[in-house]
Amino acid sequence: MDSSSLIVQFGQQLINGISLGSIYALIALGYTMVYGIIRLINFAHGDIYMVGAYAGYFATSVFKFSFVPALLFSMATAAILGMTIEKVAYRPLRSAPKIAILIAAIGVSLFLEYSGMLLVSPQPRTFPAVFNAEIYNVGGLIINSQQVVILVVSLLLMVILTYVVQQTKMGKAMRAVSFDTDAARLMGIDVDRVISFTFGVGSALAAAAGVLVGIYYNSIDPLMGIMPGLKAFVAAVLGGIGSIPGAMLGGTMLGVIEALVSGFWSSTFRDAVAFGILIIILLWRPTGLLGKNIREKV
Amino acid sequence: MSKTRFAKLVSVMVGVLMVAGLAAGCGGGQQADVIKLGANLEMTGGNATFGQSATNAAKLAITEVNAKGGVLGKQLTLVVADNKSEAAEAANAMQKLVTQDKVVAVIAPIASSSVIAAAQVNADNKVLAISPTASNPKVTVDPNSGKVRDFNFRAAFIDSFQGSVMATFAQKSLSAKTAAVYIDNSSDYAKGLGQFFQETFEKNGGKIVASEAYLAKDTDFKSTLTKIKSQNPDVVFVPGYYQEVGMIIKQARELGLTVPFLGGDGWDSAKLPEIGGAQALNNSFFSNHYSPDDNSAAVKTFVEAYKKEYNQTPDAFAALSYDATMMVIEAIKRANSADPVKIKEELAKTKDYQAVSGLITFNATHDPVKSAVIIEMKDGKQTFKEKVNP
Repeated sequence: MDSSSLIVQFGQQLINGISLGSIYALIALGYTMVYGIIRLINFAHGDIYMVGAYAGYFATSVFKFSFVPALLFSMATAAILGMTIEKVAYRPLRSAPKIAILIAAIGVSLFLEYSGMLLVSPQPRTFPAVFNAEIYNVGGLIINSQQVVILVVSLLLMVILTYVVQQTKMGKAMRAVSFDTDAARLMGIDVDRVISFTFGVGSALAAAAGVLVGIYYNSIDPLMGIMPGLKAFVAAVLGGIGSIPGAMLGGTMLGVIEALVSGFWSSTFRDAVAFGILIIILLWRPTGLLGKNIREKV
Repeated sequence: MSKTRFAKLVSVMVGVLMVAGLAAGCGGGQQADVIKLGANLEMTGGNATFGQSATNAAKLAITEVNAKGGVLGKQLTLVVADNKSEAAEAANAMQKLVTQDKVVAVIAPIASSSVIAAAQVNADNKVLAISPTASNPKVTVDPNSGKVRDFNFRAAFIDSFQGSVMATFAQKSLSAKTAAVYIDNSSDYAKGLGQFFQETFEKNGGKIVASEAYLAKDTDFKSTLTKIKSQNPDVVFVPGYYQEVGMIIKQARELGLTVPFLGGDGWDSAKLPEIGGAQALNNSFFSNHYSPDDNSAAVKTFVEAYKKEYNQTPDAFAALSYDATMMVIEAIKRANSADPVKIKEELAKTKDYQAVSGLITFNATHDPVKSAVIIEMKDGKQTFKEKVNP
């Protein structure tokens, strides 16, 4: 292989990796925010992503929504679902030992997967083509309009999220709760409302990722959330769990690493390398790449 | 409690003795006016649609034969047992069919693993089992002893044959010099096909330029496809199942990989064009057991009869199950007896039988030697391309 085609191939793999990575990043944001607020790894998060994909599917195929309304509909559905799960399954356990709430999360995850199989059948469904995939050829690099949409929507949502967390009153309350829940409560912050809001926002972002994946890969099924859920968890830990920019960085990195490993080495090593890197980073920087080195409160 | 248990034990023992009596050639166990065939099929569970087609076709075969007066002056009945698409249930269902229902032969499960799980049961009771579709070599040959399973047969060709058929097709009909192989690494079926494709392709002077793998349930194939594209193969062989194959071909076309894609019978699903897109699937080919568009008389008659009965086009599962049932009935006729062992001996001698899925002759390992059909995808429709003889 000569060097120019090698560069083209490298560029192509970067494009493949970034579009995959921005999906991971969107899901990872929900993980990281929930962990930041109540120190819970919400294992049901990947399945909320699946529910979001199905909400988008029904919005486009049954209600004949176009892309943006379908996306909003799916995000709203998932936000309500996320808040309900928090209220029903996690809130009653908030003062229980950490392990109880973790196991509740695994239970919710399995509940969503298998009720999904019951309600919508285990067969994969084809996502309707909401818009056509235009293919652009830029100097040998092939870019698909769907990849552009994924990137733009992800970036837009991340910018909005950053604004919400940094500039609004609710964002300030979120940061306060994550810093010290009891002190925040003493200062008059409605902690339950803040936690509920966090679940809502995290779930909406996962649903957006679900709809984008549905459009991009064209096929959805009730167990589709398991692997991306795990990968997004890895991305969140990689970037530093609890950190929003960390989740974005971790997600994008993971996508690019996967693309490069399967493109230049072998696709069978892809997952092994991704998880191997996670282990190395955790050994070297236990708080993740952008995580702050603070001791956990007792 | 213990009394009923004892009664059960006795009844099971009597059942076993009766089957043994049959096996010894006394012929006393079979009821006077009907001959019972068993069907141990996937009526529920993950492979339910396959089992449904197979059962429909077996029933159709029996109805047709009964309408012509049955065999040996008796009517045939089909006793269906559901194996729930699980290997352990397949063994239970087999037990029930041979000991309680006392069938003379069984149309055995769809899935290779279920056939293997049940094989000991029908062998111990000396009743033959013929699987319509199981393609794993272990179905008819015991891997531990290397011996042929005396009471197991199949109506489908085995994986090795499909792989080499596609390699020959790529070289002769598509004049391919180089090929890439992209395998589902979580499936023995795909690995077997890939291996035999590669061996045949290289033996005939071709070159394999890339050998890649994916896992079932993967969704992103673009990185590997980019790598395959950079090697410029003349064809890409993807012997997987329709869900991933659909996504692979869609993503490959998006990356500008326009060469033909080839595969095996795992592609045979109406979902394939839905997932892959009709346009993207053009210029792709797969091997299958039969095509409803085939113009041969056997296929035409079968398709018409099946459509009339069930109002849908029969898939390959239906065709193979029909063939399996008909071959057993032929064997009963030739044996001129409903003795399970005699039926087995006659079935093994099947030669040049004109089935729906081609001209069948059983070889020494009870595998049919017969032709394969190549299907071309044209605008989302399966079309008959050519027939390849072994």
